[in-house]
Amino acid sequence: MAFNDDIRTIFQQELDGIRTAGIFKEERIICAPQNADIEVEFPAGAERQRVINMCANNYLGLSSHPDVVEAARKGLDSRGYGMSSVRFICGTQDIHKELENKLTTFLGTEDTILFPSCMDANAGVFEAILNEQDVMISDRLVHASIVDGMRLCKAQQDTFKHSDMGHLEEKLQLHAAARVKLIITDGSFSMDGDLAKLDQIVTLAEKYQAMVFVDDSHASGFIGKTGRGTHEHCGVVGKIDIITTTLGKALGGASGGCVSGRRELVEMCRQKARPYLFSNTIPPVVVSGANAVLDIIAKTTERRDKLEMNTAFWRKGLTEAGLIIKEGETPIVPVMLFNAKLSQDFAKELYQEGIYAVGFFFPVVAKGQARIRTQLSAAHDQHHLDKALAAFTKVGAKFGILHKTKQQIIEQFGM
Amino acid sequence: MSELKNAILDYVKKEYLEEDDDREVGFDTPLISGGIVDSFSMVSLKRFLETKYKIQIPDAKASPEAFDSVDNIVKLLQEFNIQ
Repeated sequence: MAFNDDIRTIFQQELDGIRTAGIFKEERIICAPQNADIEVEFPAGAERQRVINMCANNYLGLSSHPDVVEAARKGLDSRGYGMSSVRFICGTQDIHKELENKLTTFLGTEDTILFPSCMDANAGVFEAILNEQDVMISDRLVHASIVDGMRLCKAQQDTFKHSDMGHLEEKLQLHAAARVKLIITDGSFSMDGDLAKLDQIVTLAEKYQAMVFVDDSHASGFIGKTGRGTHEHCGVVGKIDIITTTLGKALGGASGGCVSGRRELVEMCRQKARPYLFSNTIPPVVVSGANAVLDIIAKTTERRDKLEMNTAFWRKGLTEAGLIIKEGETPIVPVMLFNAKLSQDFAKELYQEGIYAVGFFFPVVAKGQARIRTQLSAAHDQHHLDKALAAFTKVGAKFGILHKTKQQIIEQFGM
Repeated sequence: MSELKNAILDYVKKEYLEEDDDREVGFDTPLISGGIVDSFSMVSLKRFLETKYKIQIPDAKASPEAFDSVDNIVKLLQEFNIQ
């Protein structure tokens, strides 16, 4: 047996190191469908507790919507459970093409290709379309999956300071000689909840003949007047060359992702993207549910409008209560606590008050930027938000941080 | 020598620190292992040195260790007779 005691010790010590560093992740067991109210078992074996969920990516509240569940069930009956194939051998059904077409229409692009996840889309897209003559210039706060995708690609890599258009322009000038320059950004940044300046990015891209890539996973379905995403919000629909997004957040929350954009680039992915070529097709039940989601949000903006109202209420409420939040307009609302331990203690106290939210700290966010990230949902009703706001206020008062400045909180708790 | 060190340090601060970043960066501050410069951003530093000092740094020499502090970068540049 190769996994002897010596080898086991290596990994035990590595895990101990993660525990000592205070970054050991533990799963909370949810014993209910995803929704605003959930039943949680935490820690494992503890008595189940009913809490309000303030940390799901269930922005439109469609994860357990009856119409989506029903569509998924019908898909299961009519197209089966699995396909036992990658897409290009015998894993493409009529419903997969239907979903790709619906996403193309919804996002306002030329074509779309599905991937098992947006993580896979980001892992595969750069390598499929770029080579060593090209350069990728990314915002420094892009999602980890983009970082991984860039690592797999032979093109040169460079970065610009977060949302700093002057710095981006310098980089476009620096790499003027590259065959293809690709500007890479998230649409909505998942930790801060701010939006990319896509209008300015597109202007720069046109000035320097660069292409634009946007990961809109935290925007598709609800950002923009009709929920098309950050490009709609910034008035640049049709001008983004590559959009990647997920079906695992607002768009039903199950799984799956896509690359959507210029026809030739999508076709390059169909020919060359390794996560598309070498992993299984999205199962029919998920595709059927996602098709229903696209139908629902194409018909009405009711859910994104409710989310917008919930977001406005929540941002105003937290600010008036005296907590420090990251300014913005998205349903990602970070409550800034700066100190890592405080973010963990605050989350524990919230849980005791029946509110489920998670504290984030270094290395997920920069040192001294610890926070509780709250996320709104159209599944939240007013009573959920009232209760959650009362809990945040109570816990904030308990720690003595209401109406305190960043400096005062740091003085009290340290960085 | 101090002119060289200061020029590199100034570039590092301007290129890699955000406006509200009040971290102290000196000649021996770990840049890559200290999380100030990530591996992607290293390319701008390499490009800056190559353009300013009119040299070509082979990829094999442009290791994260060689770029991990201003002091290390100066040592690397000495190999190209830049003082």
